[in-house]
Amino acid sequence: MTPLLSAPGKMAAVQDGPMELDTEKETKPEILSDGTSKLSGNAASGTLSSSPLTAGGAPKQEDQQTLIAVLQFLRRNKLSESVEILRREAGLEDQEDSQTLDGSGGGKGDRDGGEANSLLSRVSITSAAAPQSTLTPITVKRANEQLDVSVVLSAYSQQGDPSLYQVYYSGLKNFIESVLDCHRAELSQLFYPLFVHMYLELVYNNHENEAKAFFEKFGGDQECYYQDDLRVLCGLTKKEHLKGNEVLLDFRTSRFVLRISRDSYQLLKRHLQERHNNQIWNIIQEHLYIDIFDGMPRSKSQIDSMSGSFAGEARREVNKVKVFHGLLKEPEIEVPLDDEEDEAENEEGKPKKKKTKKDSMGSKSKKQDPNAPQQNRIPLPELKDSDKLDKIMYMKESTKRIRLGPENLPSICFYSFLNAYQGLTAVDFTDDSSLLAGGFADSTVRIWSVTPKKLRKVKSAGELNLIDKESDDVLERIMDEKTASESKILCGHSGPVYSVSFSPDRNYLLSSSEDGTVRLWSLQTFTCLVGYKGHNYPVWDTHFSPFGYYFVSGGHDRVARLWATDHYQPLRIFAGHLADVTCTRFHPNSNYVATGSTDRTIRLWDVLNGNCVRIFTGHKGPVHSLAFSPNGKFLASGSTDGRVLLWDIGHGLMIGELKGHTDTIYALKFSRDGEILASGSMDNTVRLWDSTKAFDDVETDDFTAATGHIHLPDNSQELLLGTYHSKSTPVTHLHFTRRNLLLAAGGYSSQ
Amino acid sequence: HQSSTGREERRFAEVPRESIKLMAESTGVELSEEVAALLAEDVCYRLREATQNSSQFMRHAKRRKLSVEDFNRALRWSNTETVCGYGAQDALPFRPLKEGELFFVEDREINLVELALATNIPKGCAETMVRVHVSYLDGKGNLEPQGTVPTAVQSLSEDLLKYYQQITRAILGEDPHLMKVKSVSHDLDQLNRLLHMVKSLVQNPYLYLGSYVRSLVSSVMYCILEPLAASINPLNDHWTLRDYAALLLSHIFWTHGDLVSGLYHQILLSLQKVLSDPVRPLCSHYGAVVGLHALGWKAVERVLYPHLPAYWANLQAVLDDYSVSNAQVKADGHKVYGAILVAVERLLKMKALSLTLAAEGSGAGLPGTTTGAVGFRENSPGLSPPPEPLSEPPLGIASHLQAGGAGCQWEEWTPVSLPAMYCELYSFFGDSLAVRFSTDPPLGGAPAPGPCQPLEGRKEPASSAPNLENTRKMPQLTASMNISPRQDGSPRMEPQPPSLAATVPGRSLSRSSSSSSVSRSRSSSSRPGRSTSQSRDIFPKSRFPLPQAGPPAFSFIIGGRQMGRRCQGRRFQTSFTPTPPLTTLPPRAYAHKLPVIGRVSKPVRRWTCSHYSLHLPL
Repeated sequence: MTPLLSAPGKMAAVQDGPMELDTEKETKPEILSDGTSKLSGNAASGTLSSSPLTAGGAPKQEDQQTLIAVLQFLRRNKLSESVEILRREAGLEDQEDSQTLDGSGGGKGDRDGGEANSLLSRVSITSAAAPQSTLTPITVKRANEQLDVSVVLSAYSQQGDPSLYQVYYSGLKNFIESVLDCHRAELSQLFYPLFVHMYLELVYNNHENEAKAFFEKFGGDQECYYQDDLRVLCGLTKKEHLKGNEVLLDFRTSRFVLRISRDSYQLLKRHLQERHNNQIWNIIQEHLYIDIFDGMPRSKSQIDSMSGSFAGEARREVNKVKVFHGLLKEPEIEVPLDDEEDEAENEEGKPKKKKTKKDSMGSKSKKQDPNAPQQNRIPLPELKDSDKLDKIMYMKESTKRIRLGPENLPSICFYSFLNAYQGLTAVDFTDDSSLLAGGFADSTVRIWSVTPKKLRKVKSAGELNLIDKESDDVLERIMDEKTASESKILCGHSGPVYSVSFSPDRNYLLSSSEDGTVRLWSLQTFTCLVGYKGHNYPVWDTHFSPFGYYFVSGGHDRVARLWATDHYQPLRIFAGHLADVTCTRFHPNSNYVATGSTDRTIRLWDVLNGNCVRIFTGHKGPVHSLAFSPNGKFLASGSTDGRVLLWDIGHGLMIGELKGHTDTIYALKFSRDGEILASGSMDNTVRLWDSTKAFDDVETDDFTAATGHIHLPDNSQELLLGTYHSKSTPVTHLHFTRRNLLLAAGGYSSQ
Repeated sequence: HQSSTGREERRFAEVPRESIKLMAESTGVELSEEVAALLAEDVCYRLREATQNSSQFMRHAKRRKLSVEDFNRALRWSNTETVCGYGAQDALPFRPLKEGELFFVEDREINLVELALATNIPKGCAETMVRVHVSYLDGKGNLEPQGTVPTAVQSLSEDLLKYYQQITRAILGEDPHLMKVKSVSHDLDQLNRLLHMVKSLVQNPYLYLGSYVRSLVSSVMYCILEPLAASINPLNDHWTLRDYAALLLSHIFWTHGDLVSGLYHQILLSLQKVLSDPVRPLCSHYGAVVGLHALGWKAVERVLYPHLPAYWANLQAVLDDYSVSNAQVKADGHKVYGAILVAVERLLKMKALSLTLAAEGSGAGLPGTTTGAVGFRENSPGLSPPPEPLSEPPLGIASHLQAGGAGCQWEEWTPVSLPAMYCELYSFFGDSLAVRFSTDPPLGGAPAPGPCQPLEGRKEPASSAPNLENTRKMPQLTASMNISPRQDGSPRMEPQPPSLAATVPGRSLSRSSSSSSVSRSRSSSSRPGRSTSQSRDIFPKSRFPLPQAGPPAFSFIIGGRQMGRRCQGRRFQTSFTPTPPLTTLPPRAYAHKLPVIGRVSKPVRRWTCSHYSLHLPL
């Protein structure tokens, strides 16, 4: 069974060098003919199951099928131009021809085998890893979604004897349990994906009872962090249920990625060959992606820390792209230093700190960070005068900032929302902590002034005409004193508001809602300016860029979108998550966007080209909060499993795990200087973590950087600096003021 | 419409095919067995799917509880018709229907017209607002024990700590800082829960409370006496809270007397202080009265009785004020009045009882009372607690023990004879006192011989006198110190008899028999209460006839309902001529001085209620 060895794509090429070409030649014709027979629609599944299909070919065939199917679809809908474009872009002309030749394209397939290979790798990157440009991948994906169901499910039609599935599985199980310890942990990763695929195969082929028995027997063996998925799975017992089940679709559309060391892989391969265990081998070839690395097999804990997502771990190569995580140069602004300020500070007794502060700021602005992106990598809005004023304010404030550390923790100020019967769902503070916005389940957004300054609307147009525009206090005159109040209510959404975000200049507020829109509100007039439609499904999160103008949103449609406030359509669509995008954050340099998802992964996207540049796996539940460290180097993420994970963006590594919370973490925030990480959770606590220590403790040598296999120290307890309970109030939002006072907010729940 | 059945390890709600068939029938479709089975299975699956989808709406709304709304959203996004009409926040309990094994959500019909035309328009809920709480951390990040267990608790062992946490969580929700009573004085519910916790702590036989009893007692006292913030609103039923707290207090003394012995006097003092402080609100006074009542009739006799004259003035002033603005205060005043009445009534009864028991003496005494012992322990908050003898020897004995230096530093105090007391009290309460005695219907009505005698002794002291004289010398004194429950009953040696004769005409009695020098000094201290009664003189007391002049229906039955609750009570159910149903009695001279608002009918009933509520519901 040499064909078995021809694993898909590059991996196979790496492995068994010279053999590859032969097998490729052998298999190619079959693939093509198969593809055509399938598309022509007669007895597709029948031929598939009966033909001794080589496993290596299957994925290619699948991709091709997809493409061809898309073409067919387009043609059927008379979208001839799109057909042309797609054919040209995908380089599919050859296949198209061969298809029209109806199976006689064997020679051609032979000829362009290598070419097809490269094309497929391109295609697979598009569909699995990330869209390359904004719009085209979307059309592909959309079309995919409709076709995938049948295409993917049809892959299940080949079947062995259903009663033997248990034998197969337990055979593999016995084998894996008998291998050396060092390999056992690695090979155990196979259990879950194999289990799921075999189960689904049984279900698909209407072997309900066998499927149930199979589940009963082996369901309990799976890792505990898969329990949620298994619960969904065991409800599925009918073929009809498979259609339209999203979780299942995720499993099918993406290949489960496993990282296995070369030694372990060889061991497995040898075993399966000896036993002629085709069933399992087929599944491995078709539905799994085995990322083989050279070196020591990983330990159980290393594996466990990285696994848990819907689609296994991230492939190593996706995290190899360089990420410019440095900060942008601060614009040069003359800070008028008046002596009064100085004196005031001396009185406060912190002259020294001020000095160091200034130094660091000076150096930041002078020296370009080697990791920083080009200043104009993405166009940023010009600074307005008011922005400059605000920057000056910011600098003044930051000179008074308290230096935090394990010995010097921030005081916490808790904003409790009382009488929030309508359900508080989201909170945001402005950067200068002057305003507070709350999103509610009753579709309203409420804004409070945290300072004694009341909220005022701008006068109406008619009244504005009357005022003297030359006067010095024109900004004061345009405000309508009659409307002054402590809080304002913004109505406009038609579903629960799931997130709110202030623009850095405090002129705008964004809110995203279940009604599928993101709305932009003016904080001058307290009216809605724009409704950004595009998601069509609930929008779970939205976040303004640190420089304003851009914002990102993510929702139930599994994509995150990048918008500019003056465009009613998205500039970029970040597609790739296998489930809802639950939270979105901008990198401090505004060049990247991080998204967390229900598929338990975190992805980092390049705003410039829309590529996914990092995939972080390791969470065992939906990711609900993200925070970048102020220096842009690290990312913290919190999920429903109550754990905070820390990531090194540059190296693409997990570098820490903070355990302690007992419920979903909804809020994460680094202090202004990044020494403290604050996390807030449903369990009514705010916890403070020593992030400096967490980042320093990790040794990132070349090996770990290269392989991504890090051994995490279990030091949550040392890193936990404090736990602070609220009174029956889940913590929804955290914010550090410019002076490093920690603000927390949440709705008091009386139950 | 669906019944949930947990199946094996898969915890799924399943819709049985019977339900499917039933539902189909209700819409007029006949289903075959297979179709029903298939449908049932599919319905289960779809339900699960919808539930799973709805959970994300819950998560994003940052809630723990899945709402109907979440479920509807999930349905809507999957293009399914939503389920209307279950949007209320309240839980929807399933109700079973006996025949047909149906389970359904109760769906009451609402009369929209009534609702629309209703005059009591519900107020909108309070405005959403934001409140700030700042936790200042010191350099090390330690703030005020926010969230940490109180220091007293920290010293507990592992197990106890867990126990503590369980308790606090169970009672106070997730928040352990509410342990301090004062922080919750605005919340009657919390206080009530707190009291219930105290009660269960006290009742837990496996828990040695040690010195914590003191803190418990102080918490309870707080509930009894403090003019709670909640009391401002007349709608809040803080009275019950006070009653319950008082009840609890007595319970603590009953069960943990050994631990709180030192506290007894302290508490009496504080109660007294409250009572004598006219500035305190009436609810505090009420608390003091019920507290005294709870501590036993001796406490009433010692504290309340001497204070009554002085206090009466204030109360009367309140009750006589008919102005509208005073209405609330007056209502409170009635409460206090009722409480006092209950207390003094008990006092009288117990005194009388003690006399009779004493009279019974060696004869019927022991066997009968031993059975009574159990009853006493269980449900007689009105009686003096058992440990009392240790610290505060019973009245008659007091003199001896004090002379012996038994360490009772409490204020000097003279026992007053029963008739004297009665006379005095009658002067305050008028017939309402008598009413309360006589309305108690005789239980069973089976005439029991004997013990009636001493009661009559009140009227005809001469007959009882010899009896009592006998008993007084009984050697039960020592025994009584150990056997707690009987304290109240038998050996409460009120050296009464001689005085009885003397009291009727004049109140001040010159008791000779057992009173020692101490008693003399006591009498001097107690006298002022009566002699300094300028305030009382303001009362139109003189207008009232002394008891003898009162209606002759005086011979009452002690073995009434109250007593009937206890075993001894029955022994007093004598063949007295049943008094006419006095509930209908017109208010007597003094009584009608009192504000009339339902005084005859309503308050009386309420008082009895409050009286009853003092009983431990064991």
